[in-house]
Amino acid sequence: MQHPYRSGLRDGIPVALGYFAVAVGLGLAAKQAGLSALQAGVASFCLNASAGEFAGFSLIAAGASYFQTALMTLIVNARYFLMSCALSQKLPPKLPLFHRLALGWDVTDEIFGLSAAVEGTLAPAYTYGIMTLALPGWSLGTVVGVVMGGVLPGRLVRALGVGLFGMFLAIVIPPTRRSRSLGGLVALSFAASYAVNRLPFLAGVETGVKTIALTLLLAGFAALLLPPPEGEAS
Amino acid sequence: MTHNNWLYIAVMFAVTYAIRALPLVLVRGRIQNRFIRSFLYYVPYVTLSVMTFPAILEATASPLVGLAAMAVGVALAYAQCSLPAVAAACCGTVFVLEALFL
Repeated sequence: MQHPYRSGLRDGIPVALGYFAVAVGLGLAAKQAGLSALQAGVASFCLNASAGEFAGFSLIAAGASYFQTALMTLIVNARYFLMSCALSQKLPPKLPLFHRLALGWDVTDEIFGLSAAVEGTLAPAYTYGIMTLALPGWSLGTVVGVVMGGVLPGRLVRALGVGLFGMFLAIVIPPTRRSRSLGGLVALSFAASYAVNRLPFLAGVETGVKTIALTLLLAGFAALLLPPPEGEAS
Repeated sequence: MTHNNWLYIAVMFAVTYAIRALPLVLVRGRIQNRFIRSFLYYVPYVTLSVMTFPAILEATASPLVGLAAMAVGVALAYAQCSLPAVAAACCGTVFVLEALFL
């Protein structure tokens, strides 16, 4: 069997490419907010959050208070709290504190998705493999965005950005072959997400808020009504 | 009042890291409650699905291109292609369709 770190590196390639592309756009926002390339690069290396950073940079641009910035960061990134709770159940119970602190550095939508999709217990080395490529992809992309944002062709940036969605599909779709109810849940999630975007009275809902609200609602609904996940019977 | 960019970044980092690391540090071992276990099992599927659609339609120059990329991604993922292959096929679909039609 392949070493988990190597598997992580392999799966980290599309993550890093997608991150790079998205981060270029983020770098443009950072530049408009008055951040230097160094500040933007450090921010991306430490924060690893697309929506959270976009929101933060727009607040910096607006000269918002630190408290307001903290509150907004909390709301936009609250979904990571749920993801980390879910990820805690994949870790070996005796995993040392150091690994827990290190894994917490980069719980993103993509890295969480990949790590949660691992069969059985998660070997931290797998996640470190992804992080090895994803962290530089994200922070260097941001720096490139600040320095030369307008130069890369939009068509290329858009195509690379869509790779992140392709990755999400590669995570959620295959298990639906084995479980009809899971397929139904995925379809319902697509439909509900679409509905929230389209319904006029919900139009102003911030993306992070929408994601966490639908996750609480639909995963809660699934936990109540669907048969327990595989290996959970009895 | 003047603001310092480094201080903004520090504030955002403190909040973001706490959100991510606290559950990993504090929740040790298996949660026994069956509802919560089941709920946490379903979390990634709902979260990732909600973030994919309809956002993929807005990420491309035309929603139809996004829809095509989505169809390609779903089909290949269902056929159990590897993750990098699915991601690359979605990128390729967007790049080719935008080059041909837009």
